[in-house]
Amino acid sequence: MLILRCPNCGIDADETELAPGGEAHLRRVGPEASDDAFEGYLFHRENPRGVHFERWRHAAGCGKWFHAARCTQTLEVFGTYSAQVTDPPQDIRDAITARRPGWRWRDIE
Amino acid sequence: MTTRLARGGRLLNRGRALEFTFNGKRMTGYQGDTLASALLGAGQRLVGRSFKYHRPRGLVASGAEEPNALVNLGEGGTFEPNQRATTQELYDGLAAESQNHWPSLEFDVGVANNYVSRFLPAGFYYKTFINPRPAWKHLFEPFIRQSAGLGRAPKERDADVYEHFHVHVDCLVIGGGIAGLAAALKAAEAGREVLLIEQTAHWGGRAPVDGAVIDGAEADAWVKNTVETLEGMENVRIRTRCMGVGVYDHGYVLAYERLTDHDPHPDLPRHRLWKIRASEVITATGALERPLSFAGNDVPGVMLASAVRDYVVNWAVSPGDRTVVVTNNDDAYRTAIALKEAGLEVPAVIDARTAPEGPLVERVRALGVRVETGRAVAKVKGRAKVEGVAMTMQAGEGAVLEVIDCDAVAMSGGWSPVVHLWSHCGGKLVWDDAQAFFRPDPEKAPTGADGQPFVRVVGAANGAMTTADVLADAGADAQAAPEAAGPIEPVWIMPQGAGPELRSKMWLDYQNDVKVSDVQLAAREGYESVEHTKRYTTLGMATDQGKLSNINGLAVLSRSLNAEIPQVGTTTFRPPYTPISFGSIAGQARGDMFQPLRRTPMHAWHMANGAHWEPVGHWRRPYCYLQPAETVEEAVQREVKNTREAVGLLDASTLGKIVVKGPDAGRFLDMLYTNMMSTLKPGRCRYGLMCNENGFLMDDGVVARIDEDTFLCHTTTGGAEHVHAHMEEWLQTEWWDWQVYTANVTEHYAQIGVVGPHAREVLDLVGGMDVSKEAMAFMDWQDGELGGLPVRVFRISFSGELSYEIAVKAGYGRALWDMLAEAGREVGMMPYGTEALHILRAEKGFIMIGDETDGTVTPQDLCLDWAISKKKDDYIGKRGQARSHLTDPERWKLVGLETVDGSVLEDGAYAVAEGRNANGQRNVQGRVTSTYRSPTLGRGIAMGLIRRGPERMGEVVEFTRTDGTTTRAKIVQPVFFDPEGEKQNV
Repeated sequence: MLILRCPNCGIDADETELAPGGEAHLRRVGPEASDDAFEGYLFHRENPRGVHFERWRHAAGCGKWFHAARCTQTLEVFGTYSAQVTDPPQDIRDAITARRPGWRWRDIE
Repeated sequence: MTTRLARGGRLLNRGRALEFTFNGKRMTGYQGDTLASALLGAGQRLVGRSFKYHRPRGLVASGAEEPNALVNLGEGGTFEPNQRATTQELYDGLAAESQNHWPSLEFDVGVANNYVSRFLPAGFYYKTFINPRPAWKHLFEPFIRQSAGLGRAPKERDADVYEHFHVHVDCLVIGGGIAGLAAALKAAEAGREVLLIEQTAHWGGRAPVDGAVIDGAEADAWVKNTVETLEGMENVRIRTRCMGVGVYDHGYVLAYERLTDHDPHPDLPRHRLWKIRASEVITATGALERPLSFAGNDVPGVMLASAVRDYVVNWAVSPGDRTVVVTNNDDAYRTAIALKEAGLEVPAVIDARTAPEGPLVERVRALGVRVETGRAVAKVKGRAKVEGVAMTMQAGEGAVLEVIDCDAVAMSGGWSPVVHLWSHCGGKLVWDDAQAFFRPDPEKAPTGADGQPFVRVVGAANGAMTTADVLADAGADAQAAPEAAGPIEPVWIMPQGAGPELRSKMWLDYQNDVKVSDVQLAAREGYESVEHTKRYTTLGMATDQGKLSNINGLAVLSRSLNAEIPQVGTTTFRPPYTPISFGSIAGQARGDMFQPLRRTPMHAWHMANGAHWEPVGHWRRPYCYLQPAETVEEAVQREVKNTREAVGLLDASTLGKIVVKGPDAGRFLDMLYTNMMSTLKPGRCRYGLMCNENGFLMDDGVVARIDEDTFLCHTTTGGAEHVHAHMEEWLQTEWWDWQVYTANVTEHYAQIGVVGPHAREVLDLVGGMDVSKEAMAFMDWQDGELGGLPVRVFRISFSGELSYEIAVKAGYGRALWDMLAEAGREVGMMPYGTEALHILRAEKGFIMIGDETDGTVTPQDLCLDWAISKKKDDYIGKRGQARSHLTDPERWKLVGLETVDGSVLEDGAYAVAEGRNANGQRNVQGRVTSTYRSPTLGRGIAMGLIRRGPERMGEVVEFTRTDGTTTRAKIVQPVFFDPEGEKQNV
């Protein structure tokens, strides 16, 4: 059972307090989007073995959403950060690089 | 014959005799006995029957690895099957029954399987599926079902109580042998908060039995001192009878404490499940001895050498008068010594090694015991008990050299470290060739959230096999003299050249009856993966999860495949280490405590007025209110009629109420709802639909604009929490720059519906507000006072009647309800429940989320296009709804359905179409979503989704019935009653 630190309230929360929200940093497309773009937004997801970015909600706690950077293979947590960014912040990227040199996720590295 | 010895027994209190029964037979044991030792002490060697062949089975082990001695314990509410006699402590009055036999343990009809065993080879179960096909249904399945299963399922509700503990510690030590004690002491001395748990009732593990000497004294003395030291430390908690169940991600560990199994008490918890977070987990779980694979190694009386030693030393029980020891290592010589010291006969030690030497071997020789080297057991003589062993050359094929009379056999095939807990969370193993076992690979430990190892293994579990090595491995300050031991020689079958006849009598898995020949057959049939072989043969799939059989089995497999053992690898170790009770997992979450019950402020009134309850989420709502001598169906029909003709009273408090506030609230709701909310005027209400990004309808409800910045969104009863969460998700993760605040105020307000032609009179009778047509139009809301209470009145209708929904602070809910109920008497008001509510709305063709929708239905499917704004650029679901499949004119769409004969359609019934599909089923063209008997119309009415439904008005369609017949119904408009809406506009 994972422990993730909620960056909103600072609590180290057990997985049972959290609700998973799937892949992070999706970009919503609107009514004008092409079929392909909409399909990508709604259905296509990364499924990496290794570094991954996810959305979580501290559902049974402060109720706030946040992002987590995590290794899907070892469950190592590189950091958690605000839900209100469009890309992983530099300190999170640096923390990943320190542990997983040469990592890549989508077009982020 | 097994018997109790006159002297000895380090765990026994001979001053306290305990009475117990086995299969109804009265027996006596002592305090300190396990059920297993008490049975042996009372001369009971036969304890059960095997699963497949119903072979007679005796005790093999003395601890958690025991595969055979499973019993039914207790009766009635405390009955439990599959309890291990070796881990069940004896108490006065214990009642045990053996399992898996009929009619009796001594005479079992199922043993016939034993004689047809060549027709029940590995995978026979799967083979029965194939050919001839009818044989499975008529021959194999009834037979397998008859013989399947161990024990009996309990019939009564569990009478015991259980609980959970949640703890955080710096260091959790699992295993209270000398390694665990030493490691716990080290951690405690370093000032860390320590929890030390031990699965048995005793500290010290094997060391005292095996004659270990620590710091110049017997191990018992060191153990006692260490436990006392730990007990005196404030930063240490220690628990016996507490097993490490499993190690999980990020330092999470489950432990299972058996509080009263040894001394049942009706008022105390029986088991306690510990949910532990530990910064470090130290497993000191010891090792398990492996059996040897020789023909007849399952005959009652053949036991692990270490178990024989345990029974003699700990409980003063002799497993037999004459015990032959069979081994491939030095450790089993300790058993010969223990037996001799207890005054018992050891006719021979049969050692597969050609030239064993070392202090233990020399001591046994000095005791005058015959030591046969390079020898093996060809076969055990006897069926229900050991009568002798036929000795042969280990290097040969089994030619008998000599038959040695004996009544017990102590076998040792070497030891396997207990690596389960290490492996649960990803720890890897290495094969140690010199010691012939898998042990933890220190380079590949389970890692935690920080990527660093969080499990450490010490002692025998780590492959340290002498007292001195164990203490050093655990970092102890205490010392033991180094012990010289000869090397083990791996022996996977005995003798090594045994032919098919002998191999088909060599048991690997005692409980599931898997033999050497079965694993070899699996290999021949192409099962190369150890995981596949396990499932095909059922090796290690019994309740002991292969504690004795796995290593022997995979060694046999690797030889059959001509591969090295580490290449074949082990099967996956999964929690729990040994089975735990369902009660402990449930803890206190059962009965009324299973989940919280949500009650409205009027709950007690409903209860007192005949409410027939319906669960809606965690709420309880009255389905209807029963009057004397009335059926549920009659009550519902009466409530509908009374509401249509006079007036009804509805507790609508469970409806979700979410406040959405802020400068961007209107803009936000325009995105959330399909229709335009930002144009709503303060003081007015509007019905809205909410979709997900797929375009499917997820919730509906009335939105009231309170002021320029504030909206109150009503949701369905079941939708309040997830609609609120949906709003928050979009606000926090997509439009975080919008200034909007939401609050779920569902429980802050009671809400009461006054519904029907006399509704206005009732409000006037209570008095305080002008609710006339002029003062409050349809879809208006107003704050005001009724009966002296501050209220908010919404003039909205879910029934087509003149209707007011009155919100009041929850604390006033009951008071307002009582006033309305009292005032309503004069005009014939009656309360109505959820079923009447459903019928009232269905008569009007109003949809219900969860009936007309199932997560794949769009608003367009429900012909709700009027509630979808054409002016808005965007809303959640707009793009999804534009997809070709969702705009397909062939989609099933909402219509009303009227049966030709006036009967009621079955809920969920399909509308059948011409032809059949690829599976031979009738094609379908729609389905019923809501169906009721309408008291207003005096006939069955229904709503349904039909292919191109709205274009087919007047057409008659056939609907399935569960009895196989069909009912004809006409497609009509879904509004059955008052289509012009005249009744609500008064």
